[in-house]
Parts: sequence; structure tokens; C-alpha cells
Amino acid sequence: MEHIVIIGNGIAGVTAARHIRKHSDKRIIIISAETDHFFSRTALMYVYMGHMKFEHIKPYEDWFWEKNSIELVRGYVTEVDTENKKLLVDNTKSFHYDKLIIATGSKSNKFGWPGQDLHGVQGLYSKQDLDLLEVNAPNKEKCKRAVIVGGGLIGIELAEMLHSRGIPVTFLVRESSFWNGVLPEGESQMINEHIREHHIDLRLGTNLKEIVSDENNRVKAVIIQETGEELSCDFVGLTAGVSPNVDFLKDSGIELGRGVKVNRFLETNIKDVYAIGDCAEQHEAIGNRRPIEAVWYTGRMMGETVAQTICGNRIEYKPGHWFNSAKFFDIEYQTYGWVFGARGRKEYEEQFHWRHDTDKVCITVAFRRDNNLFLGINTFGIRMRHEIFDRWLTEERDVDYVMSHLADANFDPEFYKQHEAGIVSKYNSDFEKSITTKKKNIKRIFQLN
Amino acid sequence: MSTYDRSMALTGQPPVTLSRNQKLATLIGMFGLAIVLLAAFNVSFPNKALWLSISLASILGGTIWFSSDAYLHKQPGIKNDGVWFKSISSQGFWGWIAGIALTGFYIILYFYPEYLGLVSGGDNKGVIGLFDPLSKALSGNPASQWFVYGTLYTVAILAFGIKFLWKYRHNQYERIRTFSVMFFQTAFAFIIPELMARLNGSSLLNGGSLPYYDLKNMWPLNYYNFEGYRIKGFLSSGDIGFAMLIFGIATIFIISPILTYRFGKRWYCSWVCGCGGLAETAGDPFRHLSDKSMKAWRIERWVVHSVVVFVTLMTTAVIYSYLGTDTSKYWLTKSTFLIGVAVLLTLVFGWVMLFKRKQLQKDAQYGAIGYFIIIMALIGMHFLSGDGNVFLFKSETLRKSYSFLIGSIFSGVIGTGFYPIFGNRVWCRFGCPMAAILGFQQRLFSRFRITTNGGQCISCGNCSTYCEMGIDVRAYAQKGENIVRSSCVGCGICSAVCPRGVLKLENGPLKGRIDSNQVLLGNDVDLMQLVNKK
Repeated sequence: MEHIVIIGNGIAGVTAARHIRKHSDKRIIIISAETDHFFSRTALMYVYMGHMKFEHIKPYEDWFWEKNSIELVRGYVTEVDTENKKLLVDNTKSFHYDKLIIATGSKSNKFGWPGQDLHGVQGLYSKQDLDLLEVNAPNKEKCKRAVIVGGGLIGIELAEMLHSRGIPVTFLVRESSFWNGVLPEGESQMINEHIREHHIDLRLGTNLKEIVSDENNRVKAVIIQETGEELSCDFVGLTAGVSPNVDFLKDSGIELGRGVKVNRFLETNIKDVYAIGDCAEQHEAIGNRRPIEAVWYTGRMMGETVAQTICGNRIEYKPGHWFNSAKFFDIEYQTYGWVFGARGRKEYEEQFHWRHDTDKVCITVAFRRDNNLFLGINTFGIRMRHEIFDRWLTEERDVDYVMSHLADANFDPEFYKQHEAGIVSKYNSDFEKSITTKKKNIKRIFQLN
Repeated sequence: MSTYDRSMALTGQPPVTLSRNQKLATLIGMFGLAIVLLAAFNVSFPNKALWLSISLASILGGTIWFSSDAYLHKQPGIKNDGVWFKSISSQGFWGWIAGIALTGFYIILYFYPEYLGLVSGGDNKGVIGLFDPLSKALSGNPASQWFVYGTLYTVAILAFGIKFLWKYRHNQYERIRTFSVMFFQTAFAFIIPELMARLNGSSLLNGGSLPYYDLKNMWPLNYYNFEGYRIKGFLSSGDIGFAMLIFGIATIFIISPILTYRFGKRWYCSWVCGCGGLAETAGDPFRHLSDKSMKAWRIERWVVHSVVVFVTLMTTAVIYSYLGTDTSKYWLTKSTFLIGVAVLLTLVFGWVMLFKRKQLQKDAQYGAIGYFIIIMALIGMHFLSGDGNVFLFKSETLRKSYSFLIGSIFSGVIGTGFYPIFGNRVWCRFGCPMAAILGFQQRLFSRFRITTNGGQCISCGNCSTYCEMGIDVRAYAQKGENIVRSSCVGCGICSAVCPRGVLKLENGPLKGRIDSNQVLLGNDVDLMQLVNKK
């Protein structure tokens, strides 16, 4: 029987294992140093906030693994010997593999700031990071002020977490507006406002110069580059992105870039070794995607794909239309297709932006200036139906069609305020059109004809 | 994991502390309760109407002030911060104290009303005496323990309903639904029956007397609706009484199936029902305590369906026992009735087995077993009974045991008393025969389902954790499947707590309602076809 060894029990590795089990009876071993069982990384924040206990963020009950004969090994892979197809775990236990899947995910970026290794300074990615946070910032008495460095999704989640325990937070963001490397200006502005509504001390256009230590090697302050201001604090969260967690592979002969280099079949340069999820790096980016995508959904899709390949149906990794989602404090964000912020915007991309007068609700629709082809949509505070946008992108609808059928795509709960009329009338006045909105139609939505 | 929990226990206090306003609000609420408690110890209040008003107003006001301080200064949105750190909502010390206190109250209420001051054939004393003025104002009669209970129940739904409205003020579905349960409790369950009692003996009812009837409460939840004394009561009141009897039957066979077809069982369980109303309002802080394990689900299905079988048999036996055998007196005799019940059940069973078998799989076996038991019992009833005996029991004994085991212990003592221990829908989930019957309809032919949004699920588990019915919502959402579960009461909280907007309660087309496409949107079409190939 073939031995499949998977390093990493995150969404990518576990999805691969589940699908391999669906298609075959190969022996499957998952090795992880982080936790005994798979958990949802994106939900770690809710454990700190007291919404859930750790056991709740495990998607499968503990008996699941034995029942599906997926062997779990707790340990750190210290060496990969690709010549003899062997792994060394914790420098002691040796495992043979016939096929190896590397799914080790990411680690937090540290850019060599002075003081970045002091006590009370940490990133937020792993279960261990969460445990450490519980020690570093348990409550507002022990942690009188927290500083977060880095204006991305993990940063704002960490801000929300600390805020939930009443800890005052200063949020240093290098960019001139929150996450504007990704979000168009209007959206980024709205999130700035929302962050401040929660009494987070948001400092835009601000860089960290140094983290200052006290006599016990603990953080006691940070110094801001632009102003030289010294902010005293008990905790510093470093959330300036993540990079692939692949250091242990340096001497393995597996080709590395920033991550594990893979081709479109998720194969590395070495036969029978695959890499998926956050740690995999495409030789060449697929479409508008980045070569490394540290996104939950990408990990899951790669897991499905590699399982097919390993079970004898060699298949190319072809992610469909881009989608993603997040939540900024109380505002839900969804994106389908491509909508670029100022930085990455293509010269052919036109954008339409609408924002509600009073509520924190807005959308941005991207389309081609020359032929009106619909490119993508960002929504804040409105839920949209994934399937509909996936379909419209495949069918290459134009933006007028999308605007007039917007009600079909709405996925908000019943009785919610509908904004289609306001959106379309702004669209009409911005672009001198006369689109009328079509009523929501169940037959169209579920394709019942 | 173990280190984590230890640190949590040491440091989990900060979100728990009460603000000064909340402390004052607690004081006021407790003062209101103290009046009731003092009355329970037979302290006689000089002006009962005044003291009762002060007491109820303090309880209402204290709760409302507390909630306003908890939610109104925060941004609207999901506020479950620290739920698992608070002793009261995480099965901690205060949770157990609350559970024991509630359970104790129920035991006294159901079995020892005299301790609350109930006096038969004389003036009430104690707590019940305190409530006399209100009862007399409404129905003209002195209060009973049920009136005291009904008043407190309504106050709880109103006070905690307002809390719920504020907590979920960003969510229009939750708001409208909560207005609905508050309305139905206050009007239908509390005031209208009292006013109806006022009409008893009047010319409007031809001098007859209607039984106490909460119109929204239908069989089998009010398992006593077709008992002899109630039928007599209905029939004594002329056309109005007869209309109400017909309405009682129509709710079971016509009204509820139609509404459930259109909207799912949520129209009842989380918009109208009083048990559901209390669970959704006062019980909301405990919703995450329901057990989501596979084991709990197995137990739930056996228990709740056994209750349906039990209640069907019991009701049949009770009606059977007071029907006659003489066809010349009245067309409905013992044997016609039994045959009628058997035919009806066979029709339902046959229809399900013929047309809906594929949707049921394993459940079909339970259905078959339940059906078999009832039919055999009906046959047994016909041949083995005489003098009101059903098998060896008197039908009245059967009714009494149901009333004790299910009507009191399960629905009241455990159902509500254990909110802080097992979650707020213990009764609805494991015991309510109404929920089981509506669930059966919902599962098989309702337009209602919870849809999932393509591939956007991040398996975070908020939906499952906050499902009061113990459904593992995530298990479906992460596979991209529609959720059609007979136990789902459509409270909508899974959709509300989902941070990625993955879940939506929908009344959609029947086609493709149960079939899942298992599509994890995002991958290319070829792979999706491959994955869908079973």
C-alpha cells in the first residue's frame, strides 16, 4: 500500500487527506507540530474573544480521524531525505513515504526591527501564538496599551481581539489608508472610519522605528519613525504579512524560492513531492493571482487538486474566478473577480463606487473601460451570492447586465434593507445610463428553466 | 490545549466585570424579585396592586437598563465577546445556581402550588395572592399558579425580548421575529385567553364556558385539547365554541402544513410559539451550550420521535375512551374513530414511503418502527380494551403519565430549568412532539432551507456553536450543501454570526432543495465535475 505523508494539518493538508481517502485506501499520515487535531486558523481570534472554545473551532470531532483511518503524528519534521524517501521527525522518529505533500503554511514576517524578539512582541498565526497572546495580553490590567504594526487583515483582527478585552490599541499602518494596497480608496476610507469608531488609535502613514526594552527584556515602548514619538506599551503585535514556512527544507534538494516552487500540477522539482497551500509558490503567477496565495480557499482548492493527482488522475491546478472575504470589526467584506486598489489597477479598469449616506455599506464594481466587460465587485456590508457572480464572470457579462440584475445576487438575510435602487441610480448618473433594476427572480437564480 | 485552558481560567475576567450602571440595574431588578420572594414567605403587602406593579416594573426596568448599558454604547454587530468567560453563560458557578433556582421554581410551581399561596375555596395568599389584583382585572377570577407563571413568563419574554432587539439591532430578520414572539406571547398566550374567560357564561357563548385556550398553541403541544372536558366546554358554547374546536383540528391538518410548506417550521417555532419565545429571549445567552456531537444527535432523534408516538397513542386512547359504541346516537364511535386514525396514518406513511423514501434513508426505519408501534397499539386497543382500559392501563393513567413525564418534567422542569446547563432549546430539541411533526413536514416538503454561499466558508464554527438546536451547521456549510434538517427552527442566528456571509435562510423552489451539489466554488469546471461524480 502506498504511503502518503502530509506535513501540516491546516486546511490544505487536511483537504488533501480527506479527498485522498475519498478516492483510495492508501495509507495517509499527517504530521504536525502545531496541534493534535485540525482546527480553523481563521477562527483563532474568536477563541481569544470568548465566542468559542478551542474545541469549537475543530471542524471534525476527534473520532473522525481514526474512523477514516487518517493517522495523525504530532511532531516537527526536521529533515526530508528525498533520495531515500524518508522523513525525520523531532530528530528521532523516521517515516518512509511514497508520496510527500508539503503543506506547512506560513510564519509571521519580521523585518529586522530593533527589539522584534523582546518578550511581549509577537505575531499572530499559530495556535502557539494565541497561547502566547493569552500570556502577553490577558487583560487590560496586565496590558495597559497594545501597539499593532502592519495594516492588513491579521492586524485588524488582532485589534478587534484586544479591543474585545478592553485593551487600548494603537494601530500603526505604513500606508496612507488602511489596506489600500488592495482596496480602492473609498472602501479603505470607510474602514479607517470604522476602525476609529471602535476607539482604536489608528495612525496612518506611520512606520515603526524601534521597539524599546525594559531591564527584563520586555517591551516597554515603541518609537515611531516619522515623529520620533515614544509610545509606552506592554504588547507589540507584528502583523506585517506572512511568508512561507519552509526553512526546514533548505538542505532537502527541493527547489525553494520564497516558498516551495511548484508547477501547475503542484509538483516540486523532485518526483513524488508536492506542495500546496500557503507554502507553495507557482513558477509563474496564474492570471492576476500572486505566485503565493496565503488564503484559506486557495489551500482548500489545492488540496482537492493534489488529491486527484495522487489518486492517479493527474490534474492541473486551475483556480477559477478569484473570490475572498473578510470581516473588519462589524463590516463584512466579500470580493468576486478582480477589483484593484490604486496600486495594482490596470489601465483598462474603470470603477464605479457607491456608498450609503449613513450606514457603513458600500460597493465597488470594476469593468473594462473599452467594452464594459464586468471584471469584479467588492461589497462591504452587503452579502452577495457567490454562485451568481461566478456564473456572470464565466458568462462574461457586461457591467450593465450586472447592475440591472443585482437583486439576484443579493444574499442578505430576509427583511434587510435593499440597496439596489440607490446603487443603480448612482451608476446611471455617474455614467449617464438608464439601467432599470430587475426584480429578484428565483428561476434565474437557481437556473430552473 | 491544556495550558491554554489554564491560562484562560486565570485571566478570563476582564470582559466579565459589570459597569456601575449594570450593578445598579441588577439592584433594581433584584428588588423587584425580592418583593415576589417576600410575598412567597407570606409577607402581606397592604396595597397588593401597587406592590405588584412596583415589582413587575422593577424587574422589567432593571433588565432593560442592564441591556441598554450592555449594548447601546457599542457599534451594532455580533457581540458575543466573552460569552465563554462568563460564569453564567459557560456552565460555571452562576450557571449552575441559575439552573438549580429555575428548576426548583418549576418543581414548586408544578407540584406544590400551595407553597406559592394557592388556596382552593378561599382567598389566595403569598405570591399568588399578590397577583390577584391583575388576574381579577383581566379575567375577573382570582389568580392561580398558572396565572403567576404566565405573567412572569410574559414579563421575561418582553424584558429579554428588548435585550435581544438591541443585541441584534443590525439584523432586521432577528428584530421582526422577536417583535412577533413578543406580540404572540402578550396577546395570544396571556391576554386573550384571560379575556375569553371573562365571557364564560355570557349570552355570547349561550351560557356555555370555553376552556382556557391559547389559540396559537396546537395539538400535540397542547396534548389535552381533545379531552372530554374540553370538547364539552367547546360544544357548550354554541357556534363560537364549535368554531374554535374546528380551528383546533384545522391547525393540525390544514393550517400548519400549508404554512410549513411555504415558510418552514420556523413560522411556528421561532415566530409564534411561547416555548420558543422564551428560549429565544430569556434563553438567548445560553444558546451555545447545546451539545453538537454526533451522539447527541442520535439521542435526539430517538427521543423526540418516541414522544410523537407516545402522544399520538395517548390522545387516541383518551378520545377513544369517551366515545360510545352506539352508531344510532352519534356517527363517531370507538371503532370508526380507530379505523379513521389507522387509515390516516397509513396514508401518511404510505405517501412518505412511496414518494419521499430517497430523502429519508435511515430515518425511514425510525418512521417505519413508529408507524408499526402505533398501528399495533390501535389494533390492541380495539381488541383488548373495555371500560376505558387501553391494554392494561386506563387511558386516564396514560394521559397522567404523559402529562407528568412530558408535560411537566420535560417541558418545564428540564426544558427551561436547564437552560444554563444544556442550552435553551432542550425541550424543543429532544421533547417537543409539535416540533417533531413540523420538522417531519419541513424535512420532506417545505420550501425552506438554509443555503450556503458557494465556497466562502472558512469552517470557523460560529454557526455550529451558536445553533441552539445543536445542528452541526458547519458540517454542511463547508461542503457547500443546503441545510435541510427537521430540527432547524429557523432562528437565523447561524446566518447572523457567520463572519463571511455564508448562510441564508431561504424559501426557495422545491427542486434541488435537498440534493447537494457539493460544489466548492472556485476551482475550475473540470475538477468540479470530477468532484461531483459520485
